[in-house]
Amino acid sequence: MTITTRPPRTAPRPEAPLEPLAAPSPGDIEVGAARAYPLRREGPAKLTGEALYTDDLVFPGAWYGHTVRSTEPHARLFGIERDPGFDWSRVIVLTAADIPGENVVSLISDDQPILAAEEIRHQAEPVALLAAPDRETLREAKSRIRLRTEPLPAVFDPLLATQEFAHFNLAKGDIDAGFAEAALVIEGEYRVGHQEQLYIENNAMIAVPRPDGGITIHGSMQCPYYVHKALKRALRLSDEQAVIVQAETGGGFGGKEEYPSIIAIHAALLAQRLGRPVRMIYDRHEDLAATTKRHPAIIRNRWGITRDGRLVAQDIEVVMDGGAYSTLTPVVLSRGTLHAGGPYLCPNVRIRGRAVATNTPPNGAFRGFGAPQTEFAAEMQVNRIAEALAVSPLELRRRWVYRLGDETPSGQVLRESVAGEEVLERAADAADFERVRAQTADARERRTAGARTARGIGLALAWHGAGFTGSGEVKLASVASLELAEDGVIRVLTASTEMGQGTKTIFPQLAAEQLGVPVEAVEMAPQDTSIVPDSGPTVASRTAMVVGGLVIRAAERLREQVEQVTGRAFGESYADYAREHGRLRVDQRFEPYPGVVFDDETYRGDAYPCYGWAAAVAEVEVDLDTGEVAVRSVVSADDIGRAIHPVLAEGQVEGGTLQAVGYATIEEIKLEDGRYLNDRLATYLIPTSLDAPRIQAILVENPFSGAPHGAKGVGELPMDVAAPAVVAAIHDATGAWVHDLPATPERILAALAGIPAPPPPGISQVRRAVASNVGGDANRELPAEGTDPAPHRPTDPQPMRGPYGEEQARPDD
Amino acid sequence: MSYSLRVNGEPVTLEVPGMRRLLDALREDLGLTGTKEGCGEGECGACSVIIDGQVVDACLVPVCQLEGADVRTVEGLGDGVTGQLSALQQAFLEAGGAQCGICTPGMLMAAQAYIEAGGGLTEEDIREAIAGNLCRCTGYTKIIDAIALVAEQPS
Repeated sequence: MTITTRPPRTAPRPEAPLEPLAAPSPGDIEVGAARAYPLRREGPAKLTGEALYTDDLVFPGAWYGHTVRSTEPHARLFGIERDPGFDWSRVIVLTAADIPGENVVSLISDDQPILAAEEIRHQAEPVALLAAPDRETLREAKSRIRLRTEPLPAVFDPLLATQEFAHFNLAKGDIDAGFAEAALVIEGEYRVGHQEQLYIENNAMIAVPRPDGGITIHGSMQCPYYVHKALKRALRLSDEQAVIVQAETGGGFGGKEEYPSIIAIHAALLAQRLGRPVRMIYDRHEDLAATTKRHPAIIRNRWGITRDGRLVAQDIEVVMDGGAYSTLTPVVLSRGTLHAGGPYLCPNVRIRGRAVATNTPPNGAFRGFGAPQTEFAAEMQVNRIAEALAVSPLELRRRWVYRLGDETPSGQVLRESVAGEEVLERAADAADFERVRAQTADARERRTAGARTARGIGLALAWHGAGFTGSGEVKLASVASLELAEDGVIRVLTASTEMGQGTKTIFPQLAAEQLGVPVEAVEMAPQDTSIVPDSGPTVASRTAMVVGGLVIRAAERLREQVEQVTGRAFGESYADYAREHGRLRVDQRFEPYPGVVFDDETYRGDAYPCYGWAAAVAEVEVDLDTGEVAVRSVVSADDIGRAIHPVLAEGQVEGGTLQAVGYATIEEIKLEDGRYLNDRLATYLIPTSLDAPRIQAILVENPFSGAPHGAKGVGELPMDVAAPAVVAAIHDATGAWVHDLPATPERILAALAGIPAPPPPGISQVRRAVASNVGGDANRELPAEGTDPAPHRPTDPQPMRGPYGEEQARPDD
Repeated sequence: MSYSLRVNGEPVTLEVPGMRRLLDALREDLGLTGTKEGCGEGECGACSVIIDGQVVDACLVPVCQLEGADVRTVEGLGDGVTGQLSALQQAFLEAGGAQCGICTPGMLMAAQAYIEAGGGLTEEDIREAIAGNLCRCTGYTKIIDAIALVAEQPS
């Protein structure tokens, strides 16, 4: 199953040299100002190959680590067996019994073990750890170890799952009265599957024993303090004994939010036992097979509309598949639930969300964090209702979109920075939405049976709560620091990581603006937990908004303190101050945004301090014979409060938009017996440069008063909006609604032919597993005896990769 | 076995098994870690290098095929002594063509080969030239902008 979104060969080739693809519109940002912004701080190192990612770091004497993983979705674990014919003297093997601290990956719940002890709950679950001095020995050892297990019934269908990780309910008005008033009720069930973050740098950790008995971790990660907390607990280390250092990180997108903790612990357990460094570098296959994905979801919507086109009832049920362990699932569900109604005012709302456990690998953070799933469903509803009412999807959104003073389902009154209308008009204008839509409608009317292709245009609108949900920021109480060192160096100290989005560029920029010094005068301290304070995780689009705000406040205080003493402007006097008075450091702790109150118990109040707003218009061409979709262009207008650095902000919008286009068209994980089938880059496809549409980012600035610079965050917002726009465009082209993501050729052709769609995304097919609730196997009996795998059957689902064939070794290592 | 080749203009002799991947020889034997591994099976292009003028995935090339070859990596693009970026690197820096940076070395090598081969200026030509190099951060827009900036300049 592949779909190319490559523009057809017959497409007219642009004659002229490239125009700027993403220039901000006049009024938003000064024309030409982009070049005046600082260049990416670590850009030269990345462009010359000098930047050191984890696998580039050299630690003499390091051993190679490996994770032995389950090959069953659910089983009793009796132990591991080592082949007595193999020389184990040069290999160490660790199991759950060797963990000095608690066998728990510390996060929200304590349900995920570091290594499975008695029960295996998903495919590719870590069961044992190996380390060897060279890759050859390690590979041989991997093939000489096996798990003794007995299969247990597995649950794959989230609708039949009985274990719940979390549930949230939102209610507003009177839902029954709303439907009583409605003249039209539109219902729909929408299903979205897994999506892999697919950072190009695989997960990687190196653990190095410390003289104090602790461990230093060098690794690829978003959240050094998450790793710090988890490592301390697993190895019983003090704060000082666990040191976490972020290496250059080759993309995260949420995929390096929580999973790095478990890899770091694995590497640290081996390193501590060995007394030497251990490298735990995943290859692509292991990374795809074992690490977290975006949550699959089933979203049922029932919306009521009056004869005159008012939205009067939204009844929404969200079911998310958390996989086998809870990871961040409760928070993902919370965001998904809060965003499920879309950015539309409705007097009567009921939203019920729950997340359940299945015997599939745990799902976790991915850009958008629950919102892309539920907002896809909401936008499908709006577009289908527009069709039913025979009104333009643009016009319907104009009527329904939130305005200043409106109240959300959680009871939040939108007091400021409400820009749904503005982004809608900006995107629609830039894409010439109504004119193109009239053209595609005309073409559809005149299309003959022999037509081979069809063009369509689609629109979507989204909101995205800025920063952490609810009282998250208050509980985090993040700290960012600024110091003026004795040698006159100004340094920003935060644990906020650079993973491509530009943290290391904008923090010095923000500090320098406040201090009145050139940006080059401000350094970034390394993201090392022994040096920097806990400024919170680098997630939730919170870095520019929340931590950036702390950096500005810290800079204000540093400037005041220096100017009070020197009596001169900071820029002129800080070097003298440092020489005469020595070091000065300001720690700035997060203070709640004034008037923002959320009650976690009742789940009511200001779910977010403010919202980002985004609209996207997509144009597609669909091959009517094959169902292939070429996404030709996407315009995305995003209100991000303030564009601190327009080039970087546009980069976020463009990159997020393409991930959403992939989500809409080609990215799908297929499962069998709870195992990901397409767990290689040859089979899990992401858009190439030929698949990618021309993307135009429009930055809109409606500042948030709670942040000193007005920024609301940009990372996740574009991810919410492009996928429903693409699916709406497919409908505009073909007249067919595809309710499941991705909208593959199979699903499009099935919708066009009016035949049953292929199996829904995100649910495992059953072949050998004992399924408790799928495919009528509920009453199948358990085997009476354990099913030991055949001798030398690899317990590792991922044989060594290489150009020489699957099971074959690389000849030289 | 012993193999003699040139890497970034310097003569190099590799005493390695013939089937050792060029990627490993570069990263582990020569310490040139600018070339990255993203998948190890020729899908992502993060390990792209230029061999005798052609863009090649270094994870798919055994050293035994490289006797006498001219291999160029990201480390050879700029001025190794002064640290001066090449025009292409500078264009990536200014246009925002590098975000997380892990695809960047391979992307640069694909773009460099394209420009040296006298690649065309249209957006579609540039998209074709980097189609073997996956980027998950940028949506490719600013990478294409950066390459166009350099391709437009008379060489």
